[in-house]
Amino acid sequence: MTFNLALDLFPLTAAVLATLTCGLLGNFLVLRRESLMGDAISHAVLPGLVIAFLISSSRSPLLMLAGAAAAGLVTVVLIEAVRKLGKVEPGAAMGVVFSVMFALGVLLIEQAAAQNVELDPDCVLYGQLETLAWFTAPDTLAGLWAWHTVESIPRQVWLLSVMLAVSAAFVVLLYKELRITSFDPGLATSQGVPAGVMHYALMVLVAAATVAAFEAVGSILVIAMLIAPAATARLLTDRLDTQIGLSLVAAVLAAAGGYFGATLVPGAFDLPSVNAAGSMTVVAGVLVVAAAVLSPSHGFVAKLWRRRRLAERTAVDDLIATLYRGGETGYAALPHDTLRTALLGRRLDATLAAARRRGLIDDRAIGVSLTNAGRAAAAELVRRHRLWEQYLVDDAGLAPDHVHPTAEFLEHLPLAPATDATVDPHGQPIPDPDPDKP
Amino acid sequence: MTPHRHGPASLTAVDDAWPTAAEVADVLLFRAGHNTNVVILGTALLGVAAGIVGVFALLRKRSLVADALSHATLPGLCLAFLVATALGYSGRTLPVLLAGATVSGVLGVLCIQWLVRHTRLYEDAAIGLILSVFFGAGTVLLSIIQTLQTGTAAGLTHFIYGQTAAMSASDAWLMAAIAAIVVALAALLLKEFALVCFNDAFARVDGWPVTVVDLLMMALVVLVTVAGLQAVGLILVVAMLIIPAVAARFWTEKLWALVLLAAIIGGLSGYLGASASALLPRKPAGAVIVLVSGVVFVVSMLGAPRRGIVAAAIRRARLRLGIAADHLLELAYLASAAGRGATVHADDLAGLRRERGWGAAATAVIGAFLHRRGLGRFDAGAFVATPAGLERGRRVARNHRLWEQYLVSSADIAPSHLDWTVDQVEHVLSDPLVAELEEALAERGIDAHRRTRPPVTADNGSRL
Repeated sequence: MTFNLALDLFPLTAAVLATLTCGLLGNFLVLRRESLMGDAISHAVLPGLVIAFLISSSRSPLLMLAGAAAAGLVTVVLIEAVRKLGKVEPGAAMGVVFSVMFALGVLLIEQAAAQNVELDPDCVLYGQLETLAWFTAPDTLAGLWAWHTVESIPRQVWLLSVMLAVSAAFVVLLYKELRITSFDPGLATSQGVPAGVMHYALMVLVAAATVAAFEAVGSILVIAMLIAPAATARLLTDRLDTQIGLSLVAAVLAAAGGYFGATLVPGAFDLPSVNAAGSMTVVAGVLVVAAAVLSPSHGFVAKLWRRRRLAERTAVDDLIATLYRGGETGYAALPHDTLRTALLGRRLDATLAAARRRGLIDDRAIGVSLTNAGRAAAAELVRRHRLWEQYLVDDAGLAPDHVHPTAEFLEHLPLAPATDATVDPHGQPIPDPDPDKP
Repeated sequence: MTPHRHGPASLTAVDDAWPTAAEVADVLLFRAGHNTNVVILGTALLGVAAGIVGVFALLRKRSLVADALSHATLPGLCLAFLVATALGYSGRTLPVLLAGATVSGVLGVLCIQWLVRHTRLYEDAAIGLILSVFFGAGTVLLSIIQTLQTGTAAGLTHFIYGQTAAMSASDAWLMAAIAAIVVALAALLLKEFALVCFNDAFARVDGWPVTVVDLLMMALVVLVTVAGLQAVGLILVVAMLIIPAVAARFWTEKLWALVLLAAIIGGLSGYLGASASALLPRKPAGAVIVLVSGVVFVVSMLGAPRRGIVAAAIRRARLRLGIAADHLLELAYLASAAGRGATVHADDLAGLRRERGWGAAATAVIGAFLHRRGLGRFDAGAFVATPAGLERGRRVARNHRLWEQYLVSSADIAPSHLDWTVDQVEHVLSDPLVAELEEALAERGIDAHRRTRPPVTADNGSRL
């Protein structure tokens, strides 16, 4: 990996700071189902920027920032007003407000262009990381320990540092309040935590973070970073503090991975480097997909695996129960065809293999028979099945010919009704409980 | 930013000069030359189609899915451009680009559905993710295109902000065809669309092909979005879908009227937006279209007769005024029933004002309201009710006691807990309900007009 102090230090720092800030705040947006507020705000700051610019006729950063922040706040208030006063669905309210604001911004930019003022909405979308290059950088890392370094830190990096510090302080100091208002605003209000105030405080911070970040990294990356790291983390854990920690890791990974990937990946094909903010967004998206597919607790693969294991266990249960019932009618072993019918279309070979692996059946001779362990396990299943049938007839008042399907489902669960019946509704004996089990 | 967008060649508009009335009339009446007509007509038709489709997207709560869809077209546009260029064709062939846009837009929507169905992420997070990640991928591809062949990529950025003036006659025909398809489908399948929009579970149980109808609605959204890319750009195309529908929603509760109104608002926005863009220099049509529909939205939200904010505020103010007047009349009736004449004396009035928090202005408004209705008036610091006012006060007092009796005898509420709820309900009991209450209480042998509680204090016996 090639790290060029002059070209990479400040852009990378700015990117990491921006993604950390957005990733941190995004945790609460994702939990509150307000992920799209970042999207709305970052579109809607455009007219604020242009108006601030037209008023001051200069690119005074503080004024631009104030204009954008004001537009962001106006957006939040307007969305709330359209939603509450107009009784418009939240998504549509957002769409109406931010698209009108953005259109206003585009129109204002054209007016500015008429006065020979060049404003570029592209930089709002994509950011201008490359302008943060440090042309007077020292040649070595050791040279960084100098006052010169502090003086050279670009405004965007300062701004983003402050923003990160404010956001971190907000989250740390109001962690309890944020948590309770995010999960249960009604409870929070009844406990004396003003959910509305917390909502607006969070929105103000999101607006400020959006504004502080987009000059460096662009609004697309801001939108992505408000959602993707938190979504990644949410797919990996159920605990909020762990989620926040993981989201920060994901944010740094996306920033650094995207930044270097933008140069390295095309470089491998002898192509010039691509848009860094865009590639960070892509890396963030890849992280979400990876978490969605591979997460041990909530991932797609883990879910599929668990479902297959459950299906297999159910099939094995049905197989040995069938063999047990065959034993009751005097057949010590059953042929494959009978078992295939009993398994209701599930794959017999795989089920037999699974049961053999667990030492429940013996199919070395002609037909399939239960081992001792298999017989004990099957007896427990059949016992539960018949206990449930008896319970459903005696206590739930079902007709005897209606209870089999329910019992067939319940027998796979490790619980049985507490009855001392010895015969099921069909006159079959209920096997004794396994003496080895309590 | 895209290059300056001057009006079409047929209009020799000078920068920053306002058009004359004749020029305006020419453009609006389709006399401003073929190119201008094509652009205006095509955009208006697109507006009609988008307005209709938007109604169903809104009712299906898919407004922002459409936003994600339009943003997700960018990587498809870029890839189609790259592939076409690599194969030696012109990268800017519109059908190729739109095919690429459709593929990646649909892919984005499918990704949202997968995320919502198979992960624990909420829909808003899924929408935001797909929107930003696909657009981010698009910007990466865009930066590749820009470095590969300088200049040829310029056409692609039009799709981000839109370039209405580039619409050709064949594009306008395409818009006309799309509008025709949308209108025909909406007319033919209005019942099916309505059923799936309002109660898809019922529709499924009732045997309707919900999935097919739903996919058809989504396909229409895709169609309109992709068609709108060139005209208004992928950031603002969602506005053409949402805003007319949301604005129309303020005016009507009937679906057919909603569709019709949204089509009119959408068409009008497109027509006026494209006209303004043709007449005035530096007015990008996409933004003007969105702003026109935004104005319609604001007017609708404020001024619609039933659901509008102003109408609701007036209704609420009238209700509050009526309730306040009731309080005063009730007091006057109680005074007259106690043999003190139909007058609320100054100190009782002061007590009521303190209790209800009426300032001088509020009291004056209430007085004017009562006077205009001939129910009573203020006279030297006291309030004197007319016979009509006394009758009204008697009814309020009766309602108050009826409801108290009902709560105590039928809802098992302790007498000491009554006042708050009764105060709210006494004003809204309808006449049939009052009759029913009297009858029900009489059946149980309860005298509705008996006092439930003694007067609170001897000197303030006005509140029973």
